[in-house]
Amino acid sequence: MKRTTGGTVLTYVAAVVVALGCIAPLAWTFLASVSTQSDIVARPARWWPSEFVFDRYATILFDSSSAVGNSFRAAFVNSLVVGVSVVAISMIVGIFGAYAFARLRFPFQRTTLMIFLATYMLPQVALLIPLYLILSSIGLLDSTIGLIVVDCALVVPFTLWILSNYFATIPAELEEAARIDGTSRLGALFRVILPSAKPGLFAATMFAFLLAWDEFMYALIFTSTDAAKTLPVAIAEFAGRYTTDFGLVAAGGLIASIPPVIIALVFQRQVVSGLSAGAVKG
Amino acid sequence: MAVATAVTPPSREAGPQHRGTGERKPVKRRRERQGRFAFWLLLPAFITVFGVIVYPMLRTLLISMFEVKSAVATVTPFVGLDNYVQALTSGGFWEAMGRTLYFTLVSTGLELVLGLAIAWLLNAEFRGRWLIRALVVLPWALPTIVNAAMWKGIYNAQYGALNGLLSGLGIIDEYQAWLSDPFTALNFLIVADAWKTTPLVAFFLLAGLTSIPNELYEAAKMDRAGRIRTFFSVTVPLLAPSIALVLVLRTVEAVKVFDIVYAMTRGGPANGTQTISYYTYVTAFSEQNYGLGSAISYLIVIVILALSALYLRLLRRSEMSLL
Repeated sequence: MKRTTGGTVLTYVAAVVVALGCIAPLAWTFLASVSTQSDIVARPARWWPSEFVFDRYATILFDSSSAVGNSFRAAFVNSLVVGVSVVAISMIVGIFGAYAFARLRFPFQRTTLMIFLATYMLPQVALLIPLYLILSSIGLLDSTIGLIVVDCALVVPFTLWILSNYFATIPAELEEAARIDGTSRLGALFRVILPSAKPGLFAATMFAFLLAWDEFMYALIFTSTDAAKTLPVAIAEFAGRYTTDFGLVAAGGLIASIPPVIIALVFQRQVVSGLSAGAVKG
Repeated sequence: MAVATAVTPPSREAGPQHRGTGERKPVKRRRERQGRFAFWLLLPAFITVFGVIVYPMLRTLLISMFEVKSAVATVTPFVGLDNYVQALTSGGFWEAMGRTLYFTLVSTGLELVLGLAIAWLLNAEFRGRWLIRALVVLPWALPTIVNAAMWKGIYNAQYGALNGLLSGLGIIDEYQAWLSDPFTALNFLIVADAWKTTPLVAFFLLAGLTSIPNELYEAAKMDRAGRIRTFFSVTVPLLAPSIALVLVLRTVEAVKVFDIVYAMTRGGPANGTQTISYYTYVTAFSEQNYGLGSAISYLIVIVILALSALYLRLLRRSEMSLL
C-alpha cells in the first residue's frame, strides 16, 4: 500500500506517541531507583536526579547483611527454578499433546481441546483452599516443587493451544514424505515437525515463561518463606512494607523484570508469526 | 482455537464430495490406532492439568454447600444452597460484581481501541518500526506486580510522577491523592492494567492484520474505496475472528483480575476497587468464611462461562473453526 505524505507524517507521530507511552513510566521508575530520597520527593518534581546513587541496586544484589537483599536474591533464585521447570515441563507435555491435536484423528477431539482451553476460565481463587489442604498434607507447601506442579496446570493449556495451532499449519506432505521413508510418527515429530515449527515453539516458550514468572496468587498463598517465595510475592511485600522508599521497590522491580524482558525482546519477532498461525489457520 | 478467516471460502463449483463411500476396514483400524496413540500423547497433559484441577473443583463445590467458617472448624453443618443465596442477596457481592463488570467493559474496550491503533501502526511500513515493536513488548513483559508497584508510585500523593507532571503543566495547584477516591482509584487501576495488557492485544490483532491478503486492499483500491471505507469493509470483517479471540481472552482475565488489585490498592479505598476475585479472596481468607467464599467462586465460574458462551456464539458466526 503506497502511503501519502499525510499518512507518513501521521505514522511517525503515532510512533512517537506509542514509544513515549511505553518508555515514560519505565524511565521515571528507573530514575527514581537511582535518585536520592530527597530528589524523589522534591517539589517541583525533579525529573533528572541531581546525583545518581546505585546503593539500592548494591543492597539488593550484593549486600549479604541486608534482610531485603537476602530475601530478594532467594526469591530471584526461586523464580528462576520455578520458571525454567514450568517451561520445560509444559513445553514437553505441550509438544506431545499438540501433535495429537494437530495430526491425529480421535473421538471427541474438539471437545477435548475445548475442555483444556476451558480450564483457563476457572478463577484460581476457586482452587486455593483445596489445593492448600492437599499441598500441606503431602508436605509440598512452601516448596518450589509444589509451586511448579500447580503452575504447570495453568501453563500447559496455553502451550497446547499455541503449539497445536502452529503444528496444524505445517504441511502434512512434509511428514508423509518422512513416514514413507519409514520414520515413525514420533520420529517425524522430532525430525520434521519441530524443526519447522520454530516460531510456534518460541512463542509458546515465551508465553510459558512469562506466565510462570508472573504467577502471583498461588505463590502468595502456598509459599511463606525464602525457601519458595517467588519474586512477585517478594516485591508485593517490599512494596507493602517500604512504602516510603519507592526507590528500593523500583530497583527491585526493575531487576525482577530483566529475565522476562530479555526473553520477550529476543523472541518478539517470532511472536507475531507464532500467534498468526493461531489466528489464520483455515 | 484456530480461528479461520474467510480468506478462502469453499468454492461452490467444487464437484460432489466423496462422502458416503463407506469406511473401509483398514481405515477403521488406522483410526483406532490413532486414537490409542493420541491417548498416550495426551496423557501427560491430562495429568498435569486435570490432576491439579479436578479434585479441588469438586472439593470446592462440596465446601460451598457447607457452613465452614474457620480453618479449624469442627462443626460444619450442611446448608445446601444457603451460601449461594447469601451471596446473591448480599450487597457486597453485587457491588463487587458491578465493579468487575465496569472494570471488564472499560479495560477491554480501552485495550481493544488502543491495541487496534498500535497493531495498525506496527503493520504500516516506516523507518524504525523494529524499535517501536521492541518498545511495545516492554510493558507486556513487565511482571504484573512490578507494574502495579510502578503505577502506585506514579499515582503517589507525595512524589508521584502524575502529580509532578500535572502541577508542572499548571493543570493542578496541589498534589492530589489520586488513589483515595474509590471511583478514581478504580479508573486509575484500569489505566495501569491497560498499559500492561494492550501490547498483547496489539500483537494478537497484528497477527490477524498480517494475514489479510494484500490483494484485497488492491481490489478495494481498484473499486476506489477510500481509507475509511476500506477499513470497515475489508479490515474489520477479516479481523473479526482475531477481535473475538482477544475479547474472550481479555474478558476472562478481567473478570478474574486479582494481582494488580492486591498490589495496588488491596481493594480500597472503601472497597472501591474490590473486584469479584478480590472479594472472594477476602471472604474466604480474611473473613475465613470458606463456605461462602467457595460459593462465590462458583458464581464467578458461571459468569465466565456465560460470557464465554456468548462470545463463542459470536465467534462461530464469524466462521471460527477449531483446528
